[in-house]
Amino acid sequence: MGHTSTQRERDVAFLKKQAKLVRIEILKMLTLAGSGHTGGSLSAADIVTALYFSKMRHRPDNPGWRERDRFVLSKGHAAPLLYAVLAMSGYFDISMLKTLRRLGSPLQGHPCSRVLPGVEISTGSLGQGLSVSNGMAIGLKMDNLSSRIYCLLGDGETQEGQVWEAAMTAAHYKLDNLCAIVDINGLQIDGPVSQVKAIEPVASKWRAFGWNVIEIDGHNMEGILDALDRAETVKGKPSVILAYTIKGKGVSFFEGKVEYHGVAPTQKELGKALKELEANG
Amino acid sequence: MGKTQSAAVKREAIATRDAYGEALLELGKKRQDIVVLDADLSGSTKTGKFAKAFPDRFYNIGIAEQDMICTAAGLALAGKLPFASTFAVFETGRAWEQVRQTICYSNLNVKLVATHGGVTVGEDGASHQATEDIALMRVLPNMTVIVPADAHETRQVINAIADYYGPVYVRLGRSKVPAVMPAEYEFKIGKAYTFHKGRATNIVAIGIMVPIALEASKILSQEGIDTGVINMSTVKPLDTETLLNVAKTCKLMVTAEEHSIIGGLGGAVSEFLSENHPTPLRRIGLKNAFGCSGTPEELLKLYGLTADNIVRTIKEALKQ
Repeated sequence: MGHTSTQRERDVAFLKKQAKLVRIEILKMLTLAGSGHTGGSLSAADIVTALYFSKMRHRPDNPGWRERDRFVLSKGHAAPLLYAVLAMSGYFDISMLKTLRRLGSPLQGHPCSRVLPGVEISTGSLGQGLSVSNGMAIGLKMDNLSSRIYCLLGDGETQEGQVWEAAMTAAHYKLDNLCAIVDINGLQIDGPVSQVKAIEPVASKWRAFGWNVIEIDGHNMEGILDALDRAETVKGKPSVILAYTIKGKGVSFFEGKVEYHGVAPTQKELGKALKELEANG
Repeated sequence: MGKTQSAAVKREAIATRDAYGEALLELGKKRQDIVVLDADLSGSTKTGKFAKAFPDRFYNIGIAEQDMICTAAGLALAGKLPFASTFAVFETGRAWEQVRQTICYSNLNVKLVATHGGVTVGEDGASHQATEDIALMRVLPNMTVIVPADAHETRQVINAIADYYGPVYVRLGRSKVPAVMPAEYEFKIGKAYTFHKGRATNIVAIGIMVPIALEASKILSQEGIDTGVINMSTVKPLDTETLLNVAKTCKLMVTAEEHSIIGGLGGAVSEFLSENHPTPLRRIGLKNAFGCSGTPEELLKLYGLTADNIVRTIKEALKQ
């Protein structure tokens, strides 16, 4: 919106660079922590980078700014991704990323809003973020604020029944200030989503629940920005972006590997991964 | 004290849920930030009154308690003061983990006011009778748990929790209850009300068990057993000062609640006393059992939630 094509091109180039830096920070902090969720942090890195460094109106120096757009990480296990973009945005010093999962650190294994500025709501137990986003969307509408709510879910997470309760609520209350994004990386801890418990057909499910559905390649930065802009223009119903992604995206030996859902890279893997990321960007 | 008590008894019997409906309506007139959520039970929880007066601030989430709890959380994050109501068994049981993860862990300003606590729900049976809700809520960090005894106290509780920041669980009942609290009584979170301090024994009661405890106390005192009654309406944080004060000067402590004897008021009082002032204790309540269908009166009798059973229990305990 309001961009000339050349500006958009420059935005995309900048965001691609940022996404690479975000991935590097994710890998570094996970390796230091020795545990955590690598695959799902990398799969959503492009989307969340686009939100924090382009789309969302927010003020890192004033996390409570009333008119801000809000991001809810419903798939709370992608905490390293959230911590990376928050630190890089300036919510807290980037050196704090080293404390991930350590005793006394505000960077808890899963995000905790009581201890870390910029985290809108504590998550980690799946299926609750969309309902929270609905409540925010209703409350902000009541106050005639134009703020938008972005809620990131995992594809496996949509096996939680509460997600569909929330999907009904958002459509019923016509929450067009809400945009859900499903990171469809196709894998969950126990295996491929299609084998553990199939969620297909995804798009027609959301449509049947009364949502505006946009399907994109979740690693195409231009496509992500277009989808976020398009979602904003649809009135009278909530929008969901179904982002098809690759789990572990950016590091060849993590990509599409179910084993890296909840495992941190080793020092050796980190070295290799960083080299790869540098070479590719 | 005797005078105010008799004055209180003369007042009309009202269900605490009805008092809630009225208090919420009044609060809605005063405060624009109050929003109310229900899960298809607004007729029974009495939030329907607020809904009718303020349709723009009422959200029916349908039969989806987990969604309701988290939607309330989102409203709190957007600067509103949400009251979320349904039956106690669903509010605390069905949505327990939502209350834990999203409300208590984040310490959000959400008021959970549930109705249909205990067996006096009656004919609907065990599926609709919450007899574990106090235990479920009491175990959660940051949570405050309140069980008012009558309509007068309920109105005060609703106003008090609106002025308090943090998650609160309020348990209300379906059936009419007599007025027991004196007209000049002022509810304060965490402060128990002592009707009378007994030299022989003291009954610590909540909710509908307060008038029943008062009846038992009357019978026992006539027989020369000086029996005190304390309304411990805030179960968490427990008024340990009052508890210690009465425990130190009597032979026997008794708890009375329309709830399991495990984990609720009986649990809280025994935890505190056993560590701080070991005192012989008897717990009146459901003994590791579910409720069942019947009239409220029949069920109270069946589960020993009567003045007669309290009297019998105290006499037997004092003999030992």
